Amino acid sequence: MRYLPHTDVDIRQMLETIGVENIDELFSGIPESCRLQSPLNLPSALSESEAMGVLRGLADQNAKVSEWDSFLGGGAYNHFVPAVVDHLVSRSEFYTAYTPYQPEISQGTLQAIFEFQTMICQLTGMDVANASMYDGASACAEAALLALRVGRKRNKVLLSEALHPHYRETVATYCCYLDVELIDVPIADGVTDQKQLADLLDEQVAAVAVGYPNYFGQIEDLQALADATHAAGAKLITAVAEPLALGLFKAPGDLGADVVVGEGQSFGIPISFGGPGIGFFAVKQKDMRALPGRLVGETVDLDGKRGFVLTLATREQHIRREKATSNICSNQGMCTLIVGIFLALHGKQGLRKLAELNYSKTAYAKQQIAALDGFELAFSGESFNEFVVSCKEPVADLQRRLEQEGILPGIALAKDYPGIDNGLLICVTEQNSREQIDRLVTALAGGDL
Amino acid sequence: MSRTDSRGLVLDEKLLFESTDPGRVGYSLPQCDVPEVAPAAELTRDEITDFPELSEVDVVRHYTRLSTWNYGVDSGFYPLGSCTMKYNPKVNEQAARLPGFAELHPQTPDHLSQGALELMYVLQQDLAEVSGFPAVTLQPAAGAQGEFAGMLMIRAWHEAQGNKRHKVIIPDTAHGTNPATAALCGYEVVPVASDGVLSKEALEAVMDDDVAALMVTNPNTLGLFESDIREICDLVHEGGGLVYCDGANLNALMGISRPGDIGIDVMHFNLHKTFSTPHGGGGPGAGPVGVVEKLRPFMPVPIVSKEGDKFVLDYDLKQTVGRVKGFAGHFSILVRAYCYILAMGGEGLKRATEMAVLNANYIRARLEGPYDLPYKQRSLHEVVFSETALANDCHTLDVAKRLIDYGYHPPTIYFPLVVKGALMIEPTETESKQNLDEFCDALLDIAQEAKTQPELLKQAPVRAKVKRLDEATAARKPKLRWVKE
Repeated sequence: MRYLPHTDVDIRQMLETIGVENIDELFSGIPESCRLQSPLNLPSALSESEAMGVLRGLADQNAKVSEWDSFLGGGAYNHFVPAVVDHLVSRSEFYTAYTPYQPEISQGTLQAIFEFQTMICQLTGMDVANASMYDGASACAEAALLALRVGRKRNKVLLSEALHPHYRETVATYCCYLDVELIDVPIADGVTDQKQLADLLDEQVAAVAVGYPNYFGQIEDLQALADATHAAGAKLITAVAEPLALGLFKAPGDLGADVVVGEGQSFGIPISFGGPGIGFFAVKQKDMRALPGRLVGETVDLDGKRGFVLTLATREQHIRREKATSNICSNQGMCTLIVGIFLALHGKQGLRKLAELNYSKTAYAKQQIAALDGFELAFSGESFNEFVVSCKEPVADLQRRLEQEGILPGIALAKDYPGIDNGLLICVTEQNSREQIDRLVTALAGGDL
Repeated sequence: MSRTDSRGLVLDEKLLFESTDPGRVGYSLPQCDVPEVAPAAELTRDEITDFPELSEVDVVRHYTRLSTWNYGVDSGFYPLGSCTMKYNPKVNEQAARLPGFAELHPQTPDHLSQGALELMYVLQQDLAEVSGFPAVTLQPAAGAQGEFAGMLMIRAWHEAQGNKRHKVIIPDTAHGTNPATAALCGYEVVPVASDGVLSKEALEAVMDDDVAALMVTNPNTLGLFESDIREICDLVHEGGGLVYCDGANLNALMGISRPGDIGIDVMHFNLHKTFSTPHGGGGPGAGPVGVVEKLRPFMPVPIVSKEGDKFVLDYDLKQTVGRVKGFAGHFSILVRAYCYILAMGGEGLKRATEMAVLNANYIRARLEGPYDLPYKQRSLHEVVFSETALANDCHTLDVAKRLIDYGYHPPTIYFPLVVKGALMIEPTETESKQNLDEFCDALLDIAQEAKTQPELLKQAPVRAKVKRLDEATAARKPKLRWVKE
């Protein structure tokens, strides 16, 4: 086997040094009653070319966004990934290392995370960011836990109904045995209903969580939501599922957000059927010590030279065990690297221009579709990359019809939002050409392509 | 050839922000082919202060230089105990990047993602076969999240029986994630001492009808098989509890013993350990969970099911604990793990376990004596020494740092806590006898140096990018981001 370097001679010598007769004897600590009596019922080993053949056969059955006209978003976004990204993350000094427990030989990972933390702060307008969480949904759940920890006796968390359904479900899972009351805040015209929020806020509320942009792509009035939330002494959690929006729209930290979490997949991570992505997590200075997850800090070595280390570990599970701020043990190392490289490449100008390009494309699609008979925009107000249309035609029929034309028109909202009449969530990015958008519009209208 | 006087260029590199030159760019965008419009000015931000401005070449050199300061499995031996730093096959990387996987959107209808769903379905079955559990979920993002999902299922099962139990028993050798996870599920943690392995008597002393579960790691963090595990599981079951197994050390058991056959009710897998997916500098991993039949209805959704000859994302589990993350799991990690299983086959997985155990026992045989071995039972995949045999007040930290000068990644240190100055060595199966011999020679040299030239240990490392770092100041005056001075 090509991954196992042992020769028969090696094995014989090693057994001799150990002082046992055979391999079996090495397992003498396992009682007979615990032994598997038959071989594993798995196929025989394949050569590399055979294994790739099997995998290619599976891969070829899937609808690739590069071959379809895809308008799917909903938390995973089809953005272009420059060649540089994959080349650099394929440096195996990065991806075959583990958590940088030994800083002297992990400075590459550590500096890259320090830079990642800095860029997340700059992007979100916050003071401190951690080394990342699993994804946007679990980061949002950890944000709720942070607010409950810091809020002490407060035991309610309000979740905007316009927050991504996966995020809401994950918050519910994380909180289900923690004596927390989760309350939905209804939506009005596609954004969090401020009146109803005001009615629900009281001194028991630890946090209010909203999307920015929200699940419908709409831009929430964060400042107003923050003011109301703060007046009740609670924290505003802002969850950003499409972080490219932050290249164009105001930073949540500048609009009063207390915790900003989100999903970084848009920044260079392949969509890969939804994972892995990367959760980012940023707070203001005062909540630094309540952060979950790994943190990288700057320090100096014995010679006074700058270096980086994992720090503030007393918050974490390997030190504080059941009193830790979270049970998380890893971060999304390789994905922080991807995000760092993507942001460094695009930089100050590129991120803005890319966001503007996405905005213009979406605006065009929105306008064209709104002009069609049988379709109307479900909501007024600004949106980024995504928007909801109400369709006369049942969405399932429409999806099936457009699929025949090689178009994936969007996500049906009926399951998560039965209140929105025949809602279809359409996503447009810079990967969708005008021609593709025009094809979508023609197909929606039932015209010949 | 002396192992400690080789040379090489180590190039310095500033932070991205310090190299920035206003106006430089590293991107290219397509022409805007629709009318250019902008949102209302009051909604848009000013430029992002101090954000990087670099050319493509700048970025490439920056990260390439950073990579040279790192040590990975591809650089050399990386015997980090409990982390199973085995070789990460390159074909796995190629498989994960196949366009049919990498460019598949998670909201694609099931009938247009059959290949991905089939892969997940078969992987669920393969993991079930390796572990002996009838049902497997692939959703959890990492081992710790797998623990969380597993413990949630245990709690949900108890509640469904009408039992409000409050306690979880955890041995003192457990990973810190175990107690942290139990707390996250609202449980009170009851520690239990073990003497190398957990005894039935020790467990009996803390077992009562308020205990929801026992969390064990098997083999445990000393690399020892919990020899009374069957009796222990029986005891917990008789008391109405369930048994959770931390599967971090499954690399010691493939084809030899199946947790699902010996009384364990729930176990997570670490695909980045046992199934060769890369550790990625800290992640992403994947933490699937296997459960016994009675816990199947409680699994997180979605799972992948087969209806007729079609594969579907199945949300229809009546008592599900819900979802623990977005979408269906770390799919590209699952592809890598499946690629590994294809390459190894059933026999190959067993052989991997055998060679991993052989390697650990070989290191043990070569180092015992100069290094103190506190627990003498037969080791499986890893071996844990203490620092007590070291001369001249040299400690485990000093040995670890000196190993860096010899060109090795140090073992896990100071864990498990029950061993004074633990040096926890897990070689994995992908190291040759030659590599192990050179590593053991280095550790024997270091033990000798501790006697004759202890300053070599105390000052180490001297050959890395940086010397020992001031971690105390880093924690006292945290500087967690760059700011312009």
